[in-house]
Amino acid sequence: MSERKLFVHELEARLDEMLLLSLRQRSPATPAAQLEALPRQVQERVLHWVGIAAQTSTELGWAIAQRAGTRAARPGFALDDWARAGLEAHDAGGLAAAQARLDDFAAAAPDTASAARGVAFAAVEGRLAGFLHALDGRPMQLRCGAKTWTDGETLWLPESLDLAADAAGNRRLHTVIAALLWAQARFGTFNVDPEPELVQWADREAALDWFSLFEGMRLEARLALELPGLARDMAALRGPWPADLEPVAARLARPEASAADSLACMAELRRVGAGDTVHPPYRTMLDPLAARRLRAARIARDTGTLRRALNIMRAIDPHSRGGSSDSEYPPLAADGDSVPAELQSGDLQGLPPDARAAAQSLAQDLDGIPPELLRPAGPGAWRPEERDEGEGPVAASSGEPDALYDEWDYRRGAWRRDWCHLYESEGPAGEHAWVDEVRVRHAHLIRSIRRRFEALRGEDKPQRRQLDGEEIDLDAQVDARADRLGGAEPSPRLFVHRRRVERSLAVMFMVDMSGSTKGWVNDAERESLVLLCEAIEALGDSYAIYGFSGWTRTHCDIYRIKRFGDRYDAATRQRIAGIEARDYTRMGVAVRHLSGLLHRQNARHKLLVTLSDGRPDDHGDEYRGRYGIEDTRRALLEAREKGIRSYCVTIDRHGADYLPQLYGPAHYTVIDDAKKLPARIADIYRKLTA
Amino acid sequence: MTAPTSSARSDLRAVATPLVQLANEPYYHATGDEVEVFAAAAASGLPVMLKGPTGCGKTRFVEHMAWRLKRPLVTVACHDDLTTSDLVGRYLIVGDETVWMDGPLTAAVRGGAICYLDEIVEARKDTTVVIHPLTDSRRALPVEKRGEYIEAPPDFMLVISYNPGYQSVLKEMKPSTRQRFVALDFDYPQAEVEAGIVAHEGGVDAATATKLVRLGTLTRKLKGAGLDEGAGTRLLVHAAQLIARGMAPVTACTAAIARPLADEPDTRHALDDLIAAVF
Repeated sequence: MSERKLFVHELEARLDEMLLLSLRQRSPATPAAQLEALPRQVQERVLHWVGIAAQTSTELGWAIAQRAGTRAARPGFALDDWARAGLEAHDAGGLAAAQARLDDFAAAAPDTASAARGVAFAAVEGRLAGFLHALDGRPMQLRCGAKTWTDGETLWLPESLDLAADAAGNRRLHTVIAALLWAQARFGTFNVDPEPELVQWADREAALDWFSLFEGMRLEARLALELPGLARDMAALRGPWPADLEPVAARLARPEASAADSLACMAELRRVGAGDTVHPPYRTMLDPLAARRLRAARIARDTGTLRRALNIMRAIDPHSRGGSSDSEYPPLAADGDSVPAELQSGDLQGLPPDARAAAQSLAQDLDGIPPELLRPAGPGAWRPEERDEGEGPVAASSGEPDALYDEWDYRRGAWRRDWCHLYESEGPAGEHAWVDEVRVRHAHLIRSIRRRFEALRGEDKPQRRQLDGEEIDLDAQVDARADRLGGAEPSPRLFVHRRRVERSLAVMFMVDMSGSTKGWVNDAERESLVLLCEAIEALGDSYAIYGFSGWTRTHCDIYRIKRFGDRYDAATRQRIAGIEARDYTRMGVAVRHLSGLLHRQNARHKLLVTLSDGRPDDHGDEYRGRYGIEDTRRALLEAREKGIRSYCVTIDRHGADYLPQLYGPAHYTVIDDAKKLPARIADIYRKLTA
Repeated sequence: MTAPTSSARSDLRAVATPLVQLANEPYYHATGDEVEVFAAAAASGLPVMLKGPTGCGKTRFVEHMAWRLKRPLVTVACHDDLTTSDLVGRYLIVGDETVWMDGPLTAAVRGGAICYLDEIVEARKDTTVVIHPLTDSRRALPVEKRGEYIEAPPDFMLVISYNPGYQSVLKEMKPSTRQRFVALDFDYPQAEVEAGIVAHEGGVDAATATKLVRLGTLTRKLKGAGLDEGAGTRLLVHAAQLIARGMAPVTACTAAIARPLADEPDTRHALDDLIAAVF
């Protein structure tokens, strides 16, 4: 980057481009004048943050642009932390909160030296999420809060850390704290009930401090087995233990030590009289009551999932099915309490993925799976949040259905003929202003997506002077002839090779319009569609968008947003804006209908992309859980037989457990936060079709 | 000064695909019955498809089997502009005459070698069709440009590899191609086995190898969550080789594992943290 400072007019142009100030009749003159005095590096940094903020809201970008000049002029001002704090406040409380946070941040952090050293949670959130995902194999919930603790599912980390000598040290401290909290859940801190011990202490807070300290000792040793580097960091951060605590630390460092040993150490300490606890810098709080409450709920849920899977296994197993398969349904809970051998041996491979995850989670919570849990006891089932039964369908489909579709019943191993009534109608038009607003807000992103996609389009370029090819390269022939006559060695590269870059591709986007998408997910879906359309228009692929929802098998609705051949015009954009959360997610029939439409397209490659927020579901119990998954899976297999590839984009933190079963391991992506979808969707599409 | 024609001639000899047998045994640790299946397929004249993620030992396995079966090996790394001529051969114009030069596939067929087409899905779709007559009972290669029909000797064998982890729909193999092959699934070996391989190939002690494998296993959990694919055994071996040269483990892993895997800052930093935690 050149060292030259940007002049006022350059700054004005950049700000105007990002914030569309001229459209709003605002003048960038004042912020630009303030920024002109700053060094180039700081100028770029400010513009960087304004650009990021503008992607969320131009107002937020403007708020930062207005304030940045005077603040960034202060020596050692932590611009990045300040801007991040503003963005965070905007996410949580809107523009007013962001403005307030941007204004009072300066007052809150007058210590400039500490601002340069301190590391905010927001700055490390992404890397910690990846780090913990690798440790655990599942995405972990990370939050920041005043109290550093975990309930076994969510990890709360401090908003900012400034205890170490430099930023690297503070980042390391974040990592250590996150790993320690993860280890508490992973290595059984909440598997014992500490209450009998805690109630014997006069000071509960002190007791919890001791418990936390002892657990820290135990877990440090535990982590040292597999992650010695991390344990070394912990040891360096805490320094040597005081001499009187050495024996306890050694005792808790034994590999067989458990949380019960930590409690035993507390009991001994209580008898000799406890002094003040030591506070290592990575100190975490414990709230065993909250954690154990959540653990009990988790165990109940996992037990239900596991039991249900075992029931199904028994129902499928011909030896235990018993009666004739003609009966409406074989009983899910078969009698006899034989435990499948896979489970007794601790090998869970025979279970479906969601039950396997539940069993693993149970084994973690209970240090193994007690045999009584494996005894079938009624059809315990996965239950999503129940809907109010009195509520009626949002959609009003009536009259004769446009098509009837079969549905696959895995329990019968047979089709239910003409089971689903499908109604196809035009998607309602929404506000045009919404699309414009999205396009303005994401102007930056759209521009960069279009640029990247245009480069991908590729053209039918002839490559000259090749060793062989479809045509003769006349220029090369003439040169070769001349060379030969002149006595020089002619080049053998005499052909033109036509490189065919053909994208014969038809893509169908199938958008979940179920009630559960209401709010953020629906916004994310619509915004993503706008971005996708912009991207695909640049690419020239043929594509269509349909929404789906429904209320039982007799009201399966498909909404046309954009057909193949429809243009991406104002009417289409309005229909995208009009996508709204409706009823349920009966996915199988939608897949069948839309893959039928896609199949009729004349393209070499056909791709069905579903955007949804969770597993298939419908009103009443039947479609929930395994029935819906099996039916959808069957529908996707049918599509595959027609030569249609499917890919699923799911916004669901817990999504990964059933998706492998539904889509096969390579054909889906899970997005844990709806807000990330618009930024990622174009990349997903590019990767899919590159 | 030599005459132009003869110098071009000698160049040609230099670029023609040489058929050589491997002199030394390439190290390979069998994890299942893949050696037996491959040997039986070779004896029956059947083509073989190796499926599995990047860097899990597919290429090494073929090298090992070529050595074991005492046949020359021709490897072609497929790319998206690989044409039929690149495989079969082409006429070159040298001075006043045209000279035919066999491509690697033709050379392998003529010489009774194992022809290994690495990452076949990367090749242009029309290119893959040329292998069809070689993969059924005909076992022959028609060379249209020369009007030649080369019957493959019993020792010729076709092996392709394919990574099912690719998500692009444009890179799926057609069923008409797939169904011609005996398929072998490859995956990362069990941790202890993999540690043995890393120790042997990378020249590091068992403890370092175990740590490298632990790191590899952790990165594989990030597949689909920041990474397209976790670190393969090959990357672990690379890191081990750097360590064996005296490089600090953290530096070696950063250079050989973290940087090749990820560009995105959050994922890179998460990998850095993992490396720091494991070592």
